[in-house]
Amino acid sequence: MSERITGAGGADGTGGAAPAPRGQLRTIAARFARHRPAVASLAVLAALALFAFAGPLLWQWDHTVSPDIPSSAEPSGAHPLGTTSAGNDVLGQLMRGVQQTLKVAFTVTVLATVLGSVWGAVAGYFRGWVDAVMMRLVDVLLIVPLLVVVAAVGGNVRGGTTWYGVALVIAAFSWTPISRVVRGVVLSLREQEFVEAARAAGASHARIILRHLLPNAAGPIIVAATLLIAVAILVEAAMSFLGFGIQAPDVSLGLMVQNAKTAAFTRPWLFYPPGLTIVLIALVINFIGDGLRDALDPRQAMVRG
Amino acid sequence: MTAEEAVAGAVGQGGAVLRIEDLHVSFPTEDGRVRAVRGLSLELRPGEALGIVGESGSGKSVASLAVMGLLPRGAQVSGSARVAGREVLHLGDEELSRVRGERIAMVFQDPLTSLNPVYTVGRQIAEAVRAHRAVGEREALARAVELLAAVGIPRPEERVRSYPHELSGGMRQRVVIAIAMANEPDVIIADEPTTALDVTVQAQVLEALEAARRRTGAALVLITHDLGVVAGHVDRVAVMYAGRLVEQGPVEEVFERPRMPYTLGLLGSQPRLDEGRSVRLAPIAGAPPTLLAPPPGCPFAPRCPMAEARCTEEEPPLRATGDGHLAACHFAERLEGRTPQEVFVRSGEPGARHGAAPSPAPAPSAAPLLRAEGLVKHFPVRSKGVVRRRIGDVHAVCGVSLELREHETLALVGESGCGKSTTARLLLRLLVPDAGRVEFEGADIAALPRAELRRLRQDMQIVFQDPFASLDPRMTVAEIVAEPLRIHGLYRERGGAADVERLLRTVGLGPEHAARYPHEFSGGQRQRIGIARALALRPRTLILDEPVSALDVSIQAGVINLLEDLQEEFGLAYLFVSHDLSVVRHIADRVAVMYLGKVVETGAADRVFAAAAHPYTQTLVSAIPLPDPRKERRRQRILVRGDVPSPSAPPSGCRFRTRCPKFAAELSERERARCVEEEPPLEARVPGHLTACHYAQERALV
Amino acid sequence: MLVFVIRRLLVTVPVLLAASLLSFLLIDVTGDPLADLMVQQPPPSPEIIEAERERLYMDRPVHERYWLWLTGIGGNGDIGLLRGEFGPSVRGPAFDVGAEVAARMGVTLRLVAAAVLLALGLAVATGVVSAMRQYSALDYTLTFIGFLALAMPTFWLGALIKEAGVWANGRLGTTVFYTIGDSSADTRGMGLWERIADAGGHLVLPTLALMLTGYAAWSRYQRTAMLEVLNSDYVRLAHAKGLPRRTVMRRHALRTALIPLTSVAAVTIAEILAGTVLIETVFQWRGLGTLLVEAIRTSDAYVLMGWLMLAGTLVVLANLAADLLYGVLDPRIRYE
Repeated sequence: MSERITGAGGADGTGGAAPAPRGQLRTIAARFARHRPAVASLAVLAALALFAFAGPLLWQWDHTVSPDIPSSAEPSGAHPLGTTSAGNDVLGQLMRGVQQTLKVAFTVTVLATVLGSVWGAVAGYFRGWVDAVMMRLVDVLLIVPLLVVVAAVGGNVRGGTTWYGVALVIAAFSWTPISRVVRGVVLSLREQEFVEAARAAGASHARIILRHLLPNAAGPIIVAATLLIAVAILVEAAMSFLGFGIQAPDVSLGLMVQNAKTAAFTRPWLFYPPGLTIVLIALVINFIGDGLRDALDPRQAMVRG
Repeated sequence: MTAEEAVAGAVGQGGAVLRIEDLHVSFPTEDGRVRAVRGLSLELRPGEALGIVGESGSGKSVASLAVMGLLPRGAQVSGSARVAGREVLHLGDEELSRVRGERIAMVFQDPLTSLNPVYTVGRQIAEAVRAHRAVGEREALARAVELLAAVGIPRPEERVRSYPHELSGGMRQRVVIAIAMANEPDVIIADEPTTALDVTVQAQVLEALEAARRRTGAALVLITHDLGVVAGHVDRVAVMYAGRLVEQGPVEEVFERPRMPYTLGLLGSQPRLDEGRSVRLAPIAGAPPTLLAPPPGCPFAPRCPMAEARCTEEEPPLRATGDGHLAACHFAERLEGRTPQEVFVRSGEPGARHGAAPSPAPAPSAAPLLRAEGLVKHFPVRSKGVVRRRIGDVHAVCGVSLELREHETLALVGESGCGKSTTARLLLRLLVPDAGRVEFEGADIAALPRAELRRLRQDMQIVFQDPFASLDPRMTVAEIVAEPLRIHGLYRERGGAADVERLLRTVGLGPEHAARYPHEFSGGQRQRIGIARALALRPRTLILDEPVSALDVSIQAGVINLLEDLQEEFGLAYLFVSHDLSVVRHIADRVAVMYLGKVVETGAADRVFAAAAHPYTQTLVSAIPLPDPRKERRRQRILVRGDVPSPSAPPSGCRFRTRCPKFAAELSERERARCVEEEPPLEARVPGHLTACHYAQERALV
Repeated sequence: MLVFVIRRLLVTVPVLLAASLLSFLLIDVTGDPLADLMVQQPPPSPEIIEAERERLYMDRPVHERYWLWLTGIGGNGDIGLLRGEFGPSVRGPAFDVGAEVAARMGVTLRLVAAAVLLALGLAVATGVVSAMRQYSALDYTLTFIGFLALAMPTFWLGALIKEAGVWANGRLGTTVFYTIGDSSADTRGMGLWERIADAGGHLVLPTLALMLTGYAAWSRYQRTAMLEVLNSDYVRLAHAKGLPRRTVMRRHALRTALIPLTSVAAVTIAEILAGTVLIETVFQWRGLGTLLVEAIRTSDAYVLMGWLMLAGTLVVLANLAADLLYGVLDPRIRYE
């Protein structure tokens, strides 16, 4: 009935000329491919992962101190990113750091997404007091800033923290935003007519959740999870910078910045590589999230109707 | 520009206040350039009312926005548009500001979003005044009060201080009209001004628009998809299709002697309040063409039953076919004296199998299939914020009783918020009633064990209003249609994919559609998929919740015919929930009219429409416009006052009394007291025709 | 309005209580305030350890300790949040946690306020400009800067800005930028205005670094909100009335597009609070942020708890302020 400017293109001729059938995944992939920064970011992320996980197999130095490495050497052929005063190869450290960062970030994301999705879906589907109790707990967890609580808990642990320890602590406090997103989506989905149609046909709760609600909530979940990766990377780096995350002699990007924090103008090869790498990873992940949001946004599909 | 200059300009161009010449508008989109308007030429004489009719995507709104200079950046506009002799396309901001509001004003479709929520309506009207007149705020506000009174808003001195959210949709639209008339413009463009409103409110708003015309002497461009609205309110009508003007002429001429097959088709697909079930609608096949690459010939040729080779090769120009009557068809003369049914015979119906043979009304003695008694449903209203205390109840349904017999269509009619959709969901037990019982074939649904209820769902299915929200976007059409069968473990047994194919064919879709996703279909096709899903379990009853109200007229007719055919073929019983009385008149055997959660009148459709006895039914019937200019102008109008009261605090006694024209004008003080104190029961006046009014009196209004 | 504020505050009480219980348990489980003492060389005598254990109330079971920490009933007068006492510190009996927190809070709030104001101003300006020139080169540039800001680790940028200040000072041969501390070491000889100027000077570089967190979140949000408003019918109607473009933008678009920002602003303030921990560490301020770091390093349980409760309260108050502001800006919201 309504005629909007966006609707002008929506007067499609599907009644006449039938387009070839195409799968949803292909449609989404095609839309994602149109978002050029996101596609480039995906390539950069793949390259970074290769650098972090395959690099150490090919490069002769790892992140540890070696007597064969000169102290505080400027970048050169033997050490493309220079060396530290203690005698580490910065390139080797960087590979290890990116590796640790990616491991932490993806572990956090998987754990937090699973927990957050289940929590939010249950609260949103059952509503009522179940919802009230569950979401009140989320409120409680959200009351203290993430970095503060993670640092307080992680740093309080005596005797150093491993990468999975850091990941567990971050995951334990970062799932709450995802649960809110999922709850919101489920709350609105369950009122949609197609869910009513399933109920009218006699479908069970489990069938409605598994077959109708979750597949339709997948888009927002994926987007929120992607953005959580970026958050996890920055929080892990900040924790390590403060000295509460991954501990020496192991290395992470945040720790590298901590060790080089006054070197920006004196020994720049120590300062810039870890910092810029953090920026790069977080940046490409945000771009990928943006591209996914555009590709998965159901409103885009609506315009075609 | 002074008045003399304006007059001089108007004279200079042959008396037109608005002259559009060869207007083209296109937009860049993801898929390419959409050519929304293609070579539109129009003329509007001073004080004249011109209707522009067209379906979604015909370019009618885009053209008006182009004239106002309100298109988004990126739109390409060419051609010419002169307001009182002055070119307005491609004007700079400063010059444009002097024309807008002063010479040409606009009313938008959605009154809920047209006003800024953070300013009072008085301030927003005053702002319009002060944009063109050097007056102070106080003086401008006084003018705002005057304008509000002019558009029929009660107690304007108080309303001036209201914020938009404190006013109903109908009131807000009248505020927008007040803004449009603030500077007495030469032209008012109203873009679907009543589409978002209920019919009784639509009548009020159209009345306000007439008042605005009378007071300002402005010419009116009324853009709408509703042929009925056009019939009663304009002098000339222009029909747009796929970005082009395809027919134009005096309103009687175009409605009575259309010279373009599309116009004829539109008239044939429009259900009418003055025609019952015996007349079969003549839908137009297919859907409008894509505007990305419009076909080379006549844009309507692919859907036109008269099309010949010439039509697909050569675009017909707009040519004179009579006195002031223009049409863009090579064969306009061939339409002489032909009815839509003759021209569009069968062509528009993929699912059609037989002709217009209305089913004989079932014998009244037949036992009801579905029966509801005293249904009550209240929804809690909670406060916003953290505590969410229960602060009241919405009385959605208050004691509704219904009977639906086999092979019959019962229509549940009423305006938004009357509780008709809630009633439908109570019948299906998608909602649990607070009181009352629902029986299917004599068995109380509430008392049924889970498994029995599940089996009963096979007998009762539902088709929804929104063709976009009612299909799971992540499933293919085949999966959607098969879903109910799988839920009941019947998929294999009934023949699997072959059964799905049969169902698709039943609703006029092909097997090639099965593997696609809902978003690849048009609204009408999606609604057919929804119907196929509802039929999958071979139900005996279908609850149809506004099944055609989201569709364009030409598409809607096809779906209505499909529903009629299905009823014939499978002997289905329909509960048809709708706000559109024309559609109901066309499809229903019996009607029940609801107001604020109660049934106020019920009976055989023919009788209720011909001799409505409840004042509310009377206002409803009289508010529905007929797509017939002569009849429409002669009709008696019963206007109601105000808006529907909040269902959380319904009036005492008769719920309609606060708006009842009879209560206001005809009853004595003593008679009124009865309306306030005593709730009128639903009583039979003649057997089978029940009315809930103390002073019911039959009236013929169609 | 007052009733609404009181009701809102009452509702937050159980949330804050639950948060306190949860954090108390977490901190109790993960750390031991006596750990540093135990590993001292030479090892302290058992009596000293016992005395310290008693002073820190570590001899009591955890549930008793929580109750004590909350109410102070049965303590030595140095504990009990409801009495305004944060509890004893591992730094010794002379260390008054409350006084220390109060002193440092002023320093930190000064930094937060400056960063929030600067970020808000810049974010609104860029958001509006971006939206008004959607898809222009300027829009793309500003959007990219927003993304960059979102990806920027605060501590690294802080360190970079600080070193740039040091480097600039070195090149100019005089102290133009203050790079260490929240004020000069010795302010005894200064008058009031000199002190304010001194504190302001020390504020410049840290504010620049801290501002980024808020800017990144808000500028993108403001752009979206503005775009939505620009496409709204009431902006179109305002144009149709004949108002000049500038008036429409100022009176109709910007005014309404600011409303949604108030609700996200409160959320982001929590993140900015976390950012102070990093920025104060980089610039060696004696604020709440560094207090937290010191407390974590020394497993100073009561200081940690006090800090968490303070942060929680600040976040709650920021949310309340946002709600009230929303009500002022949007007539559709009315507080009974």
